[in-house]
Parts: sequence; structure tokens; C-alpha cells
Amino acid sequence: MASPDLVMYEEEYQQIQDTLQRLQVDSNAKIVFLVDKNGQQIAVHGDMRGVDATSLASLTAGNVAATDGLAKLIGEKEFSILFHEGERDNIHISLVAQRVILVVIFDDRSSLGLVRLRVKKASQELERTFEQLMKKAEADRGNLANRFDSPFAEITDEDIDSLFSE
Amino acid sequence: MTFINYAAREINCKIVYYGPGLCGKTTNLQWIYDKTNPQAKGKLISLATETDRTLFFDFLPLDLGQVRGFKTRFHLYTVPGQVFYDASRKLILKGVDGVVFVADSQEARMEANVESLQNLDKNLKEQGYELKTISYVLQFNKRDLPSAVSADNMYRQLNFKGEPTFEAVAVNGTGVFDTLKAVAKLVLTELKKK
Repeated sequence: MASPDLVMYEEEYQQIQDTLQRLQVDSNAKIVFLVDKNGQQIAVHGDMRGVDATSLASLTAGNVAATDGLAKLIGEKEFSILFHEGERDNIHISLVAQRVILVVIFDDRSSLGLVRLRVKKASQELERTFEQLMKKAEADRGNLANRFDSPFAEITDEDIDSLFSE
Repeated sequence: MTFINYAAREINCKIVYYGPGLCGKTTNLQWIYDKTNPQAKGKLISLATETDRTLFFDFLPLDLGQVRGFKTRFHLYTVPGQVFYDASRKLILKGVDGVVFVADSQEARMEANVESLQNLDKNLKEQGYELKTISYVLQFNKRDLPSAVSADNMYRQLNFKGEPTFEAVAVNGTGVFDTLKAVAKLVLTELKKK
């Protein structure tokens, strides 16, 4: 395995939700969401009506991956912030702890300066949460299969077949 | 890289369709999209050129229902098959859980198949994976074409490790769901071992 699986627990999930909520309020943003570098949506806060969150997540990750590739081509380690300016809405994208992507969507009720400032603070919180999460997952990894509440240890062929029964 | 969310009780897995240009990767996804009921799927996103050649990737999120109380979501991606898009292909392989190699059955495309398979092997290694160990399924597409090479012959040239292999005609859906099911099964079985 190139990188270990990402595992999310209740406690850290709540911390992340809290951080995102604060960021949304403090930065006056419309939507704040967090995506894994591989395009999996982790958490979201804000008014998602009319927004396809899954597509948003995968395109954001694609965008960051392509920009990352560009950075390496010119000898940069990464471009840690991306900003897309639209007529109405803007998107601010930043990397947190080198493995998750924080996306803030805002309009003219906020400003790039404010968003940058608040994102910086939220990033530090998120970094701590993810550090804690990684440690927990690491400790769990060795015995995940043995934990009696692991849902995967006992997956049967029938379980898998039933997914395709329709 | 599977994403296991205990808080939301979800498993998210990433499957990539790989293969030479015009072999039918996007057609596979299109068929799955057309035949899946609306509640189980998201939007099919295609980042393609004006002539419908995949430029960066196609993406289709798919909910397969529950396993042991966990919602299983599969994210299906295709890579751009054309040789010069190699940099994009590498990016899409990041964090992959399962790979489907779609081979073009036409005799004239056999060399392109072999080249693409070598390219997959190389790009997986660069991301720290091994074709030998990753969940992997092979599909011989376009079996309906008159110039199709015999399946035996293709198997000898392309089958890498005895992986599950399917004959398909993606434009009419033959073999498309069998292929998807096989790779999903391998990915979920892999979760058991962790």
C-alpha cells in the first residue's frame, strides 16, 4: 500500500465539523468543505443546496493534483493555495497537513483577505486533529481485523453478492 | 486508499479504468451510469475534449448499498488513454483501490494494449503499488468486432497474474457489470485482510 487508509472516528469528525463551522461563520463564507487528496469528501459545512458535493470533491482533488504536478515540473514542492475568482462566487483552496484539502466558497459578503486569515487559523486546528487521527488509526491498524466491532472481518461473499442483486 | 468513515458509517473506495486510447473506458462508465437507478448514482463528470476524447478523467460516484451496516460508495474513474497524457494518468492512480484494464480486442490495437499495460505497471510502481498485489480485473472489450483477436490469444498476451477476465461489448453493456462486480468484490475482500 502506498499510503495507509484514511479512517475517521466520531470524536475527530466532530472536531472537524466544529472547526469548519467556525471557519464558515468567521470568514462569512457560503460553503466550507474538506476533501481528502484522493477526492473523497470528508466533511462539509454551509448551504449545499444545489451543489453536487461529490463532484465538487473529485474535481477539487483533480485540480489540486494537476497543480501539484505543475509545481513539480518547475521545481516547486507544491502550490499550497489556489484561488479561483468568479463573477459572483470565488473558491479558495488550500492544502492542510499535506494530505487534505480545505475549500472555501465565498461571495462579496467576504473578501480574499479575510478568508486567507481565517483559513490559516482553521488549518492549524485541522492539522492537530489530523495528527491525532493518524496516531489513533496507526494504533488501531494492527488490530483492526481483530476488533470485534470491525465490520469488515466477517464480510462474506453473500454480502458482496447482495450489493449487486438489484 | 479506502476511506473508512466510522462517524458516517461509510466506506469509500476508488476504482480506476485503465487502457489504451479508444478502448472503451468511458463507454463502460457511461453504460453503468445509464443503467443504475438515479438514487444510487451521482453525476457522471467527463473532462473531455470537443471530440469526446478524455482529457483528464471521467468520474462516476456509485452507491452500492450496505455491507454490515456500512454504506459502500465506489468512485469510478477513467484515465485518458492517449499516450501523451501520461502525467494525468499518474495523478489519477493516486489512492487507487482497484484497477480495471480495458483491452481493445481489435488486432491492430494489440500493440497498444501491451504498451498501455506496461505503462500501468510502471505508473502503479511510481505510486508505490504493485500490479501483482493490487485488486485487478481484465476486460476484453469490443468482442463484437470482426477483427477481434481470439480470447485465448489475448489472454496469453495480456493476462498478468490469472486475474478475473471478462469478454465485453461495452456499447451494448455485455460484460460491463460483471467486470465492475468482480473488481468491487476484490476490493471489499481486500478490506477483510486489513
